[in-house]
Amino acid sequence: MAITPPSNRLWWKEPIQAIELGWVIIAFLWGLFMFFFMIAWHFIGDQNLSNETYRITPEAFEDKVVAFAEEYQKKDANGEPVEEAGVPVVVPPEGGDVYMLARLWEFWPVLELKKDVPYRFHLSSTDWQHGFSLQPTNINISVHPGYEHVFTLTPTGSGDFGIVCNEFCGIGHHSMTGRIRVVE
Amino acid sequence: MTSIEHGAVPAAGLPAEFRTCRFTGLRIEKNAETLIKANAVTAVVFLMLGGLMGLLVALTRWPAVQILPAEWFYLMLTGHGANVLLFWIIFFEIAVLYFASAVLLGSRLAAPKLAWLAFVLMVAGALMANYAVLRGDSSVMFTSYPPMQASHWFYLSLIIFAVGALLAVVLFFATLVIAKAERTYDGSVPLVTFGAITAGIIAVFTLASGAIILIPTWLWSVGLISGIDSLMYKVVWWGMGHSSQQINVSAHVAIWYAIAAMVLGAKPLSEKVSRMAFFMYILFLQLASAHHLLAEPGLSSTWKIVNTSYMMYLAVLGSLIHGLTVPGAVEAAQRRNGYDKGWFEWLTKAPWGNPAFSGMFMSLVMFGFIGGISGVILGTEQLNVLMHNTIYVPGHFHGTVVAGTTLAFMAGTYLLVPLLFQRDIIWPTVAKWQPYFFGLGAGGISMFMMGAGTLGVPRRSWDISLTDAPHVFEFPAAAYLMMGLNGLSAILAAIGGVMFILVIVATILAGPKLVGPDAKLTFPLHDKGREAVSTYGSEAHPKLPGTIVLVTIFFTCFVLYYFVNWKYLSELWLFN
Ligand code: HEM
Ligand SMILES: [Cu+2]
Ligand SMILES: [Cu+2]
Repeated sequence: MAITPPSNRLWWKEPIQAIELGWVIIAFLWGLFMFFFMIAWHFIGDQNLSNETYRITPEAFEDKVVAFAEEYQKKDANGEPVEEAGVPVVVPPEGGDVYMLARLWEFWPVLELKKDVPYRFHLSSTDWQHGFSLQPTNINISVHPGYEHVFTLTPTGSGDFGIVCNEFCGIGHHSMTGRIRVVE
Repeated sequence: MTSIEHGAVPAAGLPAEFRTCRFTGLRIEKNAETLIKANAVTAVVFLMLGGLMGLLVALTRWPAVQILPAEWFYLMLTGHGANVLLFWIIFFEIAVLYFASAVLLGSRLAAPKLAWLAFVLMVAGALMANYAVLRGDSSVMFTSYPPMQASHWFYLSLIIFAVGALLAVVLFFATLVIAKAERTYDGSVPLVTFGAITAGIIAVFTLASGAIILIPTWLWSVGLISGIDSLMYKVVWWGMGHSSQQINVSAHVAIWYAIAAMVLGAKPLSEKVSRMAFFMYILFLQLASAHHLLAEPGLSSTWKIVNTSYMMYLAVLGSLIHGLTVPGAVEAAQRRNGYDKGWFEWLTKAPWGNPAFSGMFMSLVMFGFIGGISGVILGTEQLNVLMHNTIYVPGHFHGTVVAGTTLAFMAGTYLLVPLLFQRDIIWPTVAKWQPYFFGLGAGGISMFMMGAGTLGVPRRSWDISLTDAPHVFEFPAAAYLMMGLNGLSAILAAIGGVMFILVIVATILAGPKLVGPDAKLTFPLHDKGREAVSTYGSEAHPKLPGTIVLVTIFFTCFVLYYFVNWKYLSELWLFN
């Protein structure tokens, strides 16, 4: 005979073991807890990724960033504009709008921010997708062309912070970096 | 139905040849057998190719070694992802589907000619993908996010492969229908087949999503469509990319149950609970695959929270249930087999020298502790920002798909090969040690990549010293150490992989023939194994103190790690 008869045809009538039932209940409650904790963090936590996003053409975004950089570029003692590795260093007004552009293969421009001051951060790409990865604090946000992502960012530490690209963006991916400097 | 009286006799005009397996008593049809062999062997070939690429990738990411130049690194990484995640896994899954339908139900395979067509399409797609990647103009990673563009061969190859796989899945369902119509089994399908059905249903959804996104992308690559929205692509692509991981989970959980049944005679604690857990995968497979999109702009928090959790992580609940019922079934069976002393005699006296069992149990433990816990953390809306796209992510999924799925499939192969090729495992000592090498290596790469990721190391990056970068940034020394240890673990995993391929290929070609009535398997099956795997019915009221201890340890780790990550999150810069 090909198939031995089933040990119990009515398997759905067999009792559930107590140990199984107990675990199902614990796991169920834990799942509920994790669900509500995500919601709760929107009220009790200070790290929630903003939902504010606008459609924008890469050209329009680039114009905004260039205008921003020209207006607020840092000047040295002689009144000369300051650059770092050929990239302008920009000191935006405290609490104001800040723009950053991701493109093959750099984050532009360099920003100088004040510690504990909230800035409205605008982030987009003008070509492919990139990954905004702020180090060493380890904040990681995707960057898309055509979408301007706006969030409020408040630095809580000071010093030099690196931005590393962590979305694969072609052969220069591993040399795509940027910088944010935070001063007290 | 008029053919009912004929029982298992196939309909007229459709000659089907059966043999009865000496060790399991299963009726195996010739076409089914040949197709399972073909798909499984092809799977192993792609594992070999993809595994070699994985080793080169890992050695390149070891900063002190950095074996490949940058272009080759990105090329090999694309090839690695495609060959292992798509080709190795899916070819093997097709073999599992045919096994769980035709063999376990003692039925003939529906439309063997079409099954060969499916096989040929899949092989053609897989070869074409390798051609596209090796040409050097398709190093876009297997996710191929636009606007970055690969050669049109690349997208076309994946479409052809998906069509072949979809056809195979359809034949799996057709085989179930035939088995039912020809009454080759009685009552409900066995649990292992039920798990395979889960995998099959999810596969249909997955392959359809794949087609929906890859066909327009292909048209774009040949210039017929002007652009693909990068965010829309990601949403639909992950409808395939994520759900296909749920296929892997369903398939390897089915294999865990099958191995526990065949080697130890284990039965599920209760059919009802185990089946419900599989059913949850179908209902809550996270259609939108939102947890890959938590760090994207343009999607609302509500959408993210609802779609990662469906109010309470129901798909995760399914896995948590299997996490108790599988070791529980093992413990119950072992106690019945006479290892009833203390809390853990069932585990210490388990057949650790049998690679099917050791591979299965390590897969279970590592899938839960490494892949499972880290997956829930990554899938939590806010916590994702801590490690999105860092190398923590590959660390997590090497825990699920390598230490979990791949190890389980390897373990299953030690049972499949002797039964189908009727040859005994040729080098038992190599086979015995193989799961330990591979398991340790796979566990190592998972953990060390996760460790490096928490230190900010990006994924898919050739050089973390950022030597050519305009603005330097120094990763901590510990990150370099982790990447070095990752390289060492990769070597260990590769040795395990080579051992596996050698033993399996040599066994198929030259293993001692299992002929004659007193032929014996080196790694024996349980007397009740056949009954346990291809019928149903629950274990009778056992006491399971060992399983309770294991699950308690697991749950404690889970909860602690969950809160540790919230603590890290709370220390980040503020953003909202
Ligand atoms: C010898 C065994 C293996 C080793 C040493 C290995 C190592 C690696 C390494 C180092 C990476 C690169 C991480 C990065 O730079 O982002 C990687 C990526 C990956 N691996 Fe493996 N792996 C192995 C086996 C497997 C298997 C069996 C699978 C699937 C079943 C797999 C699936 C993947 C996938 C999907 C990626 C991501 C590719 C991408 O980012 O596009 N690996 N692997
Ligand atoms: Cu980039
Ligand atoms: Cu990049």
